[in-house]
Amino acid sequence: MSSLVTEKRTPGAARFDVARVRADFPALAQEVRGKPLVYLDNAATSQKPRAVLEAIERYYRCDNANVHRGVHALSERATRAYEEARAKVRVFLNAASEREIVFVRGATEGVNLVASSWGRANVRAGDEILISAMEHHSNIVPWQMLCEQVGARLRVAPIDDSGALVFEEFERLLNERTRLVAMVHCSNALGTINPVRRVIERAHAAGAVVLLDGAQAAPHLAIDVRALDCDFYVFSSHKVYGPTGIGVLYGKERLLEAMPPYQGGGDMIKAVTFEKTIYNDLPYKFEAGTPHIAGAIGLGAAIDYLVALGLDAVAAHEHELLAYATEALATIPGVRVIGTAREKAAILSFTLDGVHPHDIGTVLDHEGVAIRAGHHCAMPVMQRFGVPATARASFGLYNTREDVDALVRGLERVRELFG
Amino acid sequence: MQDLRSLYEEVILDHNRRPRNFRRVPEGSNRHASGHNPLCGDRLRLDLVVEDGVIKDVGFDGEGCAISTASASLMTESIKGKTVEQAERLFRSVHDLLTRQGDPGDLGKLRVLAGVRDYPARVKCATLAWHTLDAALKNATEPVSTE
Repeated sequence: MSSLVTEKRTPGAARFDVARVRADFPALAQEVRGKPLVYLDNAATSQKPRAVLEAIERYYRCDNANVHRGVHALSERATRAYEEARAKVRVFLNAASEREIVFVRGATEGVNLVASSWGRANVRAGDEILISAMEHHSNIVPWQMLCEQVGARLRVAPIDDSGALVFEEFERLLNERTRLVAMVHCSNALGTINPVRRVIERAHAAGAVVLLDGAQAAPHLAIDVRALDCDFYVFSSHKVYGPTGIGVLYGKERLLEAMPPYQGGGDMIKAVTFEKTIYNDLPYKFEAGTPHIAGAIGLGAAIDYLVALGLDAVAAHEHELLAYATEALATIPGVRVIGTAREKAAILSFTLDGVHPHDIGTVLDHEGVAIRAGHHCAMPVMQRFGVPATARASFGLYNTREDVDALVRGLERVRELFG
Repeated sequence: MQDLRSLYEEVILDHNRRPRNFRRVPEGSNRHASGHNPLCGDRLRLDLVVEDGVIKDVGFDGEGCAISTASASLMTESIKGKTVEQAERLFRSVHDLLTRQGDPGDLGKLRVLAGVRDYPARVKCATLAWHTLDAALKNATEPVSTE
């Protein structure tokens, strides 16, 4: 009998116990304005599990030392922990080598590093860089700056009314002048998951290099940079349940090897004289100065936590929540969901007739429900949909159907007040 | 819900629903300014008719949240017929009211804006119209930004 019950369960549902998961996140167990916190701002940043907090504290309490130089025990322990974190990231992305994993401050710095180092060495006047119309400002502005510096041209592949990439237009814009395609894997403002495998195939066929902005994809999707064959991939720790101030740039070794350093300083050199400096090997060539050691260790702990839960189980749980929330919002009069692409991560951007998103945000805050209201650092997306801003509920692995119900009740309050 | 009403008082909700002087001043407007709150995307355009140092007419348009719309609407009501000096004094009093724990004193209806002080993220919504007024009276050419 018991075996029959087990068979009926889906593997994800059997493994994924959301109540137990919630207990791992101390910040979730609090009240806001007298109501239990309902945290639906995960696309901005996620809460941190105890394992991450403890890893960071353990480093500062027991192992605190600088890395890659000391001969003493603490420095050896710190170095080992820091490099173990890099090894975990390599597995998380399925990169070929740890030399391809560069620690940076976040996805934004990763993009800037590539624009600055690879860009200035490889992009010339008349060349083109192709992005999409759903990019976050951090995947627009560094390329604009580069284009301005070298006289290249920034081109933008359009999106349709559902918020999906218009693939034919993207293909049409690719040409022999396209040096690089920079595209978001999953849109922060719309939730759209881009067909990145096809994007990379087509871009490579046109001779272009591809950078994927994985800031939103990393918490929701399993990433395999080798299967994707992408050239650069960036993500931020704080959106995958790790600490702020640390992130990752993945780059194919042959590309990173040929790139000039991004910043000069300690740790990125082998030998320095006033006449000449010999740069360090990968990935240290790109890690000038004392790195965010505790941050990297915290990110390693976050990856351990995610992997133990099972990335597929997390994705299935979030997908179920997205479907439930999308259906629930459709029952509220005046709600318009912005971003209805077929392939979506658990991000729900919406407007409510006659009520500005900021007012929605304030009223929901009174109900203990934390969402984001604004342009989500994607002003061109707002312009595309003809709205100044949206309200955005974004879900993480610890959210529940009850959280969605609280959101819906909060929106009813908004309608009462402004109706 | 009760404490939420200290922010969204009935006067605020009413001015948001039916903003006063929500129009471009068609003729004779001679002072203009635009305001922008990059954080929430609020935009405001203000046109004034100033004759002999007196604000004869005023109109505004744009898009914004309830707080910024109501603040702009209440402002246009309160400055119409005032001298430029009086309007500038009012700007300073309202600014103090919103950014310090100043005494609302004789601000009359504008006192409802004081509720925003408990919502630091929303103060800029309420001050946008007033900074735009200040710029229009000084005939500033650059758009005002709350950032």
